[in-house]
Amino acid sequence: MPTQLLFGTEVLLNGLMAGVLYALVALGFVLIYKASGIFNYAQGVMALFAALTLVGFMDGQVPFSHLINAVLGTDIHHFGWHINGFVSIILTMGMMIVLAYCVQRFVFRHLIGQEPIILFMATIGLAYFMEGFGDLMWGSDIKKLDVGLPQGGSFWIEENTQWLGFGNENFFGFFIDKLDIVATVIAAILVIVLVLFSQYTKQGRAMRAVADDHQAALSVGVSLNFIWVMVWSVAGFVALVAGIMWGAKSGVQFSLSLIALKALPVLMLGGFTSIPGAIVGGLIIGVGEKLFEFTVGPLVGGATENWFAYVLALLFLVFRPQGLFGEKIIERV
Amino acid sequence: MSNEEGYVTADGRKIGGTLMEMKNITLRFGGVKAITDISFDIKEGEIRAIIGPNGAGKSSMLNVISGFYVPQEGEVWFKGAKRPQMRPYQVAQQGIARTFQNIALFEGMSVLDNVMTGRLNYMKSNILHQAMWKGKAEKEEVENREAVEKIIDFLEIQSIRKTPVARLPYGLKKRVELARALAAEPMLLLLDEPMAGMNVEEKEDMSRFILDVNDEFGTTIALIEHDMGVVMDLSDRVVVMDYGKKIGDGTPDEVRSNQDVIDAYLGVSHD
Repeated sequence: MPTQLLFGTEVLLNGLMAGVLYALVALGFVLIYKASGIFNYAQGVMALFAALTLVGFMDGQVPFSHLINAVLGTDIHHFGWHINGFVSIILTMGMMIVLAYCVQRFVFRHLIGQEPIILFMATIGLAYFMEGFGDLMWGSDIKKLDVGLPQGGSFWIEENTQWLGFGNENFFGFFIDKLDIVATVIAAILVIVLVLFSQYTKQGRAMRAVADDHQAALSVGVSLNFIWVMVWSVAGFVALVAGIMWGAKSGVQFSLSLIALKALPVLMLGGFTSIPGAIVGGLIIGVGEKLFEFTVGPLVGGATENWFAYVLALLFLVFRPQGLFGEKIIERV
Repeated sequence: MSNEEGYVTADGRKIGGTLMEMKNITLRFGGVKAITDISFDIKEGEIRAIIGPNGAGKSSMLNVISGFYVPQEGEVWFKGAKRPQMRPYQVAQQGIARTFQNIALFEGMSVLDNVMTGRLNYMKSNILHQAMWKGKAEKEEVENREAVEKIIDFLEIQSIRKTPVARLPYGLKKRVELARALAAEPMLLLLDEPMAGMNVEEKEDMSRFILDVNDEFGTTIALIEHDMGVVMDLSDRVVVMDYGKKIGDGTPDEVRSNQDVIDAYLGVSHD
């Protein structure tokens, strides 16, 4: 097989894996948007905050240590213990639920019935607040996140795909990061769980009811506040998963919140209201930008990954504004 | 004819004691009085209508009963106890279901899913059971499905069970909304203009369903209409409102011969 084709295939595979990570972030957006009609700009920061908190718990960091030290003149940074990764994940989830409650109680409860743009502005405020709060609580240095997920290329896949070269001596099998494979499996499980939850459970049905019509939901006995706290908790959970994956891949740093921006073109492609759309959109963007960089990149001097996704999203906005899977917009006149 | 302990209707149905009582309700929006000092009761098993010209405060009254509006003065008594101030979802959980004048359905869901939401209060298993989809949760889902299918049969909407509600014509949407309210097996069913905007045939269907629901399930029904003809045929007792005040209360015949009511409907000058 020609070398170019083999490399192309490997680029495609890696694009798929990258796409899964985009899709994970996009999922969080879709969930909140479907359930409350709010476009949650803070989703990326929530992933960052979750990752920071997780690392903080694992390393036994003292929260607000800079603040404490500055006020009391002490010099404490760590409790001196380490918490096991699994327990830390549970603790972090608890933290995300507390956060969800606070977000609902102190921000969105007071904005019921406001215009979508006002709610959107509130999430922008929330994003910056949480970024600052995360910094204050856990410090701004780049942290290593190691919850025991496998890292590095998979030798097994490399060895077992070598034959595909059919004697091509430049080919040593496909290089695929083990972490990406884990991320794919986890994302798949997450999507299945979320779909089952929203389609077949009492709370899921209530969630869809609230998303559809507030008045009608009230009339069948659904508490809006409870459902919204639940939705923000679920979004927090998705943010935690995304935070773990991205954190394990590239370290926990504040640029993590910028991955939210990559989720935007994913959503424009997939549609803001569709869970499968977020997945497919993520994959298309992941594969598209890697293949584009591989084929067209060398002709235009590279760095196409920075803008390819946005141009693709723009094209979609022109020709299919509701995205691939979004609900068709029909206006009755 | 009516008394504290119930009565027997003209067609021989036995009506029970008082289920709900509104005592001196006054509702204001800023300086505007929507309801002024209105009292009336709803007895178990009867069809009670609230009628009046447009803007009489009928819908406001229904919203007070269902907890969407909180009156400034007066008390709401339900099942012999004074009701504390409640949110609409708590009222619904108490066993009061309603429909809306402008139809509030979950447009994105199928008819079946819409009706299923009416059963939410009957699903008691917790989220862990639900997540594992075992035992209690599974049994519950099956039981609720059966109850819902019964109502779908009853209202003759089997053929559109899986259709997304957004695609249905107006008359059918009204019927689906009734189905969702019925799925909650309410003690009191509130219908806000169930026949508004319907043609004659649809009105006849809806009237038949309302009578059948009352007959078959023994559901107490309070409904609002401004179409006098329909109401008089349907209801056991009628409250008449005009300009936020109660101007008549009694059987359809009593109300029909009430001079204030005739004035309100035919229109005489109010000064």
